[in-house]
Amino acid sequence: MSSNFNVVEMNDISKSFFGVKVLDNVSFAVTSGEIHALAGENGAGKSTLMKILQGVYTLDSGEIQVTGEKASIHSFQDARKYGIGMVFQEFSLVPELSVAQNIFLDREHKNRFHLFDEKETIRQSKLVMEELGLDIDVTAKVSSLGRALQQLTEIAKAIAGDAKILILDEPTASLAKEEVDALFKVLKQLTARGVSIVYISHRMDEIYRICDRITILRDGKKIAVSLLSEISPQEIIAHITGRKDVEMLTHEGKSIVRSSTPIFEASGIQVGSRVNNVSFKLYPGEILGLAGLMGSGRTELVRAIFGLDKKDGGALKIDGQDVVIKNPREAIAHGFALIPEDRRRQGLVMEHSVKQNILAANLSSLSHLNFLSFSKINNVVQDSIESFEVRPSDANREVRLLSGGNQQKVVIAKWMATNPKIVLMDEPTVGVDIGTKVEIMKLVRAIAAEGKSVILISSELPELLGVCDRILVIRKGEIAEELDRKDVRDEDHLQMIVQGIKV
Amino acid sequence: MILASLKKIDIRATLIYWMFAAIFLLFALLLHDDGFLQSNNLLNIFRQTATITVMAVAMTFVISAAEIDLSIGGVAGLASVVGAIMLRDHGLIQGILGGLAIGFVVGSLNGLLVAHVGIPSFLVTLGMQGVAIGFAALVTNYYPIPILNDTFNAIFGSGTFGWFPGLLLWSFTAVIIGWITLTKTTFGRRVLATGGNRDAAEFNGISTKNVKFKVMLISSVVASIAGLLYAGRLQTGRYEWGAGDELSAIAAVILGGTSLFGGSGRIIGTFFGALLVGLINNGLILAGLPVSQQQIVRGLIIILAVALAKKK
Repeated sequence: MSSNFNVVEMNDISKSFFGVKVLDNVSFAVTSGEIHALAGENGAGKSTLMKILQGVYTLDSGEIQVTGEKASIHSFQDARKYGIGMVFQEFSLVPELSVAQNIFLDREHKNRFHLFDEKETIRQSKLVMEELGLDIDVTAKVSSLGRALQQLTEIAKAIAGDAKILILDEPTASLAKEEVDALFKVLKQLTARGVSIVYISHRMDEIYRICDRITILRDGKKIAVSLLSEISPQEIIAHITGRKDVEMLTHEGKSIVRSSTPIFEASGIQVGSRVNNVSFKLYPGEILGLAGLMGSGRTELVRAIFGLDKKDGGALKIDGQDVVIKNPREAIAHGFALIPEDRRRQGLVMEHSVKQNILAANLSSLSHLNFLSFSKINNVVQDSIESFEVRPSDANREVRLLSGGNQQKVVIAKWMATNPKIVLMDEPTVGVDIGTKVEIMKLVRAIAAEGKSVILISSELPELLGVCDRILVIRKGEIAEELDRKDVRDEDHLQMIVQGIKV
Repeated sequence: MILASLKKIDIRATLIYWMFAAIFLLFALLLHDDGFLQSNNLLNIFRQTATITVMAVAMTFVISAAEIDLSIGGVAGLASVVGAIMLRDHGLIQGILGGLAIGFVVGSLNGLLVAHVGIPSFLVTLGMQGVAIGFAALVTNYYPIPILNDTFNAIFGSGTFGWFPGLLLWSFTAVIIGWITLTKTTFGRRVLATGGNRDAAEFNGISTKNVKFKVMLISSVVASIAGLLYAGRLQTGRYEWGAGDELSAIAAVILGGTSLFGGSGRIIGTFFGALLVGLINNGLILAGLPVSQQQIVRGLIIILAVALAKKK
């Protein structure tokens, strides 16, 4: 950081969605050639801030300056013009085109007949790769590359487009260790050329390894900016978590009898290289938390248990009996329910009514000889709406018109109507407002109080600490730690364990 | 107040009825002297649209499940031919079963390729359409096969129950069974859930492959029934019967308010959609337009109507 001028300055940025302030006077600056970490919990405002920089959202107030001049960014094209490049989590590459064709997509070289000039494209792509010190066959189809090489291609594409600022969002979530090393080498190389990088990550070790500075957001506000050499991981975690309203989240110690037969037992579950030899037991009435970073394999684990993905090894027992689950139908028949990670894509038919959605998971119990029993249906739906407090309480309302929290309640309600024994929940409070988050966590408790068992994935550690009886920490597809709730002091303590920082 | 309550009425949901009424009135005025309103002509509209109606009802399920079936016209033609040959050579029952067998075979193939092999239904059925028409032309060497069996012609064509025309009965039966199945049975819900969001349906434990297989099978079997209806009404089996009906059926379904993207289905709307298509055909003939002009006007009206019915 020899020349310390700001490449990008975002000053006093505010943004609201539907009257909810998600960014409140946030200022953020990146200097030339630095790697700047952007940290905060889910919903702290990181992605909104970056989306404003890329022109996806328009700011309500504040201003953006690029290399000292006021910039108005309203689209990806605008952002690109100002040299702002984004490496997407879901890649923006065309899988059936070659690496070279992807790198110059939309900026194709043309020959004198104005036709696509394959040779020149390949030559230029090779130059870009050389510059980055990468050994990637630029004529290979993108679909034939692994995820790491795809990511590097994505970076090469941004660089070839003369990006001065690169935004990377959790770039290592699906990479192996050697691939992470390769990525970091490229990032260092880029900064030497004066490119600046905004690095969004939850992984403390990575942040310390390659970043120069860190900006921490919480609840839409900027909490701190610091050189990483001047801040400790403990301080960062304290800034990220803050002292928040923990009214509902005080743990109510309850005793789980673990001498009886477990209601569910998984042994040696293997799913490719993503889930590695995972074994655990679950007892009646117990809430078992799965903590871990993004990409640690938690979602893959519950998907495999529920029969959505093929298990490459391992055995399941319910009430001490061996069971085989090859698809969701068999899982449901054995008393499982899964509240999926992405309720819009996996949990609900958005264009269908609340009633239709609840019905879809309960077709056999709400019908007789394949004919729907409408009196039963109306009762169950009405009960569900009342006991799960779905607002507005209109069974015929399309779920796309409900708030995120109420949509999630519909998902939970429809599964509870199946009277499951074991409820798998994958990030049930993502995209849900604070008030409803509390309600959903109370529902989780109520479900366990009925004697059902819950496996809860959450990246919000206070939630896990608030309701779980036991927490498994998953790292790289394996159970890294098994913690009794009583042995975890507080959120910071759990965060250290999840990050793998020795306490 | 009144304006607010008017705004609440979903125009799109009831659009088909307004369009039907408007075009009916238009024809009643313009074609009065050509005998449009005579009961005979009105009955004729019903009779001639029976084939489109039954196929459109099945197509409602296919489209609700977010698939498409372009092979129904070809299947109808092939079923009419095979039915007529079997009838001529072996007898009534064999003729009917032979026609239906075509539907089962083609439907199973379509279903297998779409649901289990995973080829888009658009391509599978486009190819299958050619195969069916080609087969029908091949086995008959392009000649029509006359049907001399009066029972067959009565059941599938000109017969009446008392004063009630048989073809009308076929239409109503298809509509009623289709309506009950889509709105009152678990299968109907599975179809809608599959078409609305396949991932979510799978998470719900619905076998979406099974659903897709079944809708493709149903569509073909119903198309083979339509082929028999053609054979009965026109007293011949011919490879050309049903040619182009897939477009009329799809138009009927979309006009009726079913979403082209799956997840919603309206059987009653489909019924009126089919009647509207029949109405347009009838009006253009009465108006004395030559076939070439009929085709142009019909095509434009259908595109316009579907554009109006399109969900935003």
